[in-house]
Amino acid sequence: MLKFVIVLLICQLAGEFIMLATGLPLPGPVIGMALLFTGLSLRGEAPAALQSLSDSLLSHLSLLFVPAGVGVMLHADLIGAQLLPIAGSVVIATLTTMVLTGWLMQRLNRRSNQA
Amino acid sequence: MTPDLQTIWVYLAANPLSMLTLTLVAYQGGLWLYRKCGDNPIFNPVLISMLAIVGLLKLTSTDYRTYFDGAQFIHFLLGPATVALAVPLYRQVQRVKQSWLALSVTMLVGSLVGVLSSAGIAWLLGGSRITLVSLAPKSVTTPVAMGIAEQLGGLPTLTAVVVILSGITGAMMASTLLRWFRIHDPQARGVAIGIASHGIGTARAFQMGDVVGAFSGLAMGLNALATAILVPVLMHLLTMSSAG
Repeated sequence: MLKFVIVLLICQLAGEFIMLATGLPLPGPVIGMALLFTGLSLRGEAPAALQSLSDSLLSHLSLLFVPAGVGVMLHADLIGAQLLPIAGSVVIATLTTMVLTGWLMQRLNRRSNQA
Repeated sequence: MTPDLQTIWVYLAANPLSMLTLTLVAYQGGLWLYRKCGDNPIFNPVLISMLAIVGLLKLTSTDYRTYFDGAQFIHFLLGPATVALAVPLYRQVQRVKQSWLALSVTMLVGSLVGVLSSAGIAWLLGGSRITLVSLAPKSVTTPVAMGIAEQLGGLPTLTAVVVILSGITGAMMASTLLRWFRIHDPQARGVAIGIASHGIGTARAFQMGDVVGAFSGLAMGLNALATAILVPVLMHLLTMSSAG
């Protein structure tokens, strides 16, 4: 367990390092995800203890967004003044993007399965 | 003489333990309500706990900085959790390989649609320039979105908030919307959720199945990359066309 906590942290740390060293426009944790994925692919299997650690971390993924979300109180005035464009964009753009990409991916997948 | 309640509160509020506990209790409460309402995604636990915490902080005149001093320990785990997304992704590696072409095309289109619709709708509804550029990268995971907004002269902290609100909207509506539009392919569902509503959507996607969750996590990561490259290019084209 502890071993794999260290693995996650080292991947993230290496990701932060690569981001700073190369100026790649990606956050350290996303690069860390790519590193861990590469590591697992090279190894050819994901150790059971790593799987249970990541599953328990990910089962409460949405909790981890709460502290940043509470930051909404910092911008109450600005959001109030621009309520229509902000709410409209958040709701309409998010849902449009979701439907369009889902539809496109399903269509392309179906086509390649038929071919 | 025993200290009065006010003094005790001021002391406790400054202790990270209080805000850490508050966050966990609020989230557990949100989760309880969500389960109580038959797992209805409208009762999104993130939204409920956010509102409860904001309400309590306002009532006790506690500022966000004091809150975050304690809550940052939870916030910190976002990094390792993002790295951990590699594991479910690895379990789906066979499927990812099979559909890499569909995935690449969808990612490019999705990133473009995400940015253009976010800024475009705000523009149509009379948003200010600062609002537009703060909204443009809102489909992308928080740290990348904040970086892009800063680069464009937006307000990164406003971006962080709209990113989270978009995530909550996506998580709340995903199952209904995908059913309405007959999107049943689990890979397509995952990609759609991950592109439109990043990590909060991904948390919801895992409840819809391992394939949906893994593709959502993958789409979240790829969309961060695609959008980070795309937005500066788009801005360059826009400023050229308005200058010419």
